Amino acid sequence: MTPSYYLLLSALLFTVGAVGVLVRRNAIVVFMCIELMLNAVNLTLVTFSRINGDLHGQIMAFFVMVVAAAEVVVGLAIILSIFKTRRSASVDDSNLLKY
Amino acid sequence: MSALLAAAEVAVRFAGQLQPPPPPAPPVDVISTGETVAFWVLGPLALAGGLGMIFARNAVHSALWLVLSMLCLGLLYFVQQAPFLGVVQIIVYTGAIMMLFLFVLMLVGRDSSDSVVEVLRGQRLVGALLGLGFAGLVVASVARALTDVTARGLASQNSSGGGNVGQIGRELYSTYLFPFELTSALLIVAAIGAMVLGYAQRRPGTKPTQRELVRARLRGEHARPSPLPGPGVFATANSVATPALLPDGSPAPESVSELIQPRDRRTLAGDEAAVAGALPGPDAHALVAPRQDAGADSGPPPPEPGRQGTPEPSEVTR
Repeated sequence: MTPSYYLLLSALLFTVGAVGVLVRRNAIVVFMCIELMLNAVNLTLVTFSRINGDLHGQIMAFFVMVVAAAEVVVGLAIILSIFKTRRSASVDDSNLLKY
Repeated sequence: MSALLAAAEVAVRFAGQLQPPPPPAPPVDVISTGETVAFWVLGPLALAGGLGMIFARNAVHSALWLVLSMLCLGLLYFVQQAPFLGVVQIIVYTGAIMMLFLFVLMLVGRDSSDSVVEVLRGQRLVGALLGLGFAGLVVASVARALTDVTARGLASQNSSGGGNVGQIGRELYSTYLFPFELTSALLIVAAIGAMVLGYAQRRPGTKPTQRELVRARLRGEHARPSPLPGPGVFATANSVATPALLPDGSPAPESVSELIQPRDRRTLAGDEAAVAGALPGPDAHALVAPRQDAGADSGPPPPEPGRQGTPEPSEVTR
């Protein structure tokens, strides 16, 4: 076993998250899929940090976590305000900017 | 198995003591059997968590599957010599972020599951095919490029200078100081943004405040500036069905609720006369000396209990 197995695992997880973003309709579930993609990228960063033998990859993963936390807070607030006005959390219903 | 490994380790240690130590080689991180086992247990679990999140109909089940996936990833960080990130992953992601997700799910509605209607025809199929293609490309390229790569490992970093946490802290406050300060700005902006977006604004159709009501009343926007008069309270009756009497002796129609049938007019004849001034007022000496003529013309005779105090329902509805 080599460290590239971790990279393969993270590629699969990223793919699962991307397919979830394309397939699911619930805005909150779409958000969770984005979180899964971020986690997969974090696993890649940690693995590369181990391969390269320095800690910069782990620090980058730490920053990714900080940004993800901020993103989740703002995104969930947006979803809540959309739900308050439109009574729906489906991404198909937010189409006012479409036309 | 582990006993065999320990025995082999002890044998190697003895051999190292007997022979002179070899010259230090460039550090190569050897992946142990334990790590292999951990990977083959945790990796499929993480993948199953991701797939379960996609395929779960209920959004809460999706969140729980994602919690499983993130927990497995945190343990993989531990295995990968990143204990600080492992702890942060478990605390921040599964502890804080996923709880936030569950909170919002409970607020938005637990039954807000996906609609089965496809707005774009065949979008799910195309999405799945694109995902398979992407996975094939990335997996093939990673497998071709990085299969025989050997890791240098983080053993030297994690064992010196305060360990993993100390080294990361030193890097954060020296090399990455400016990005680290920028994250504080990011967090503040995110907190303010969440407060602004989550603030419950007053929408049309909500209740006006008391100040707005008073202003509207004084401006004459309501039918009357004062509250409605209360019902009449007399010696003969104090029920809410008794209308109050106006100064001219006529009953005030607004003093009785619309839901209550007003009291029979005849029972109020004496009170009406008293208010209109047709009768002499109450005698101030009534309690001092008994007078024979006072009871005759100070209103109707004292009511028999149950007869005049309250109107009989049948009488009223008739």
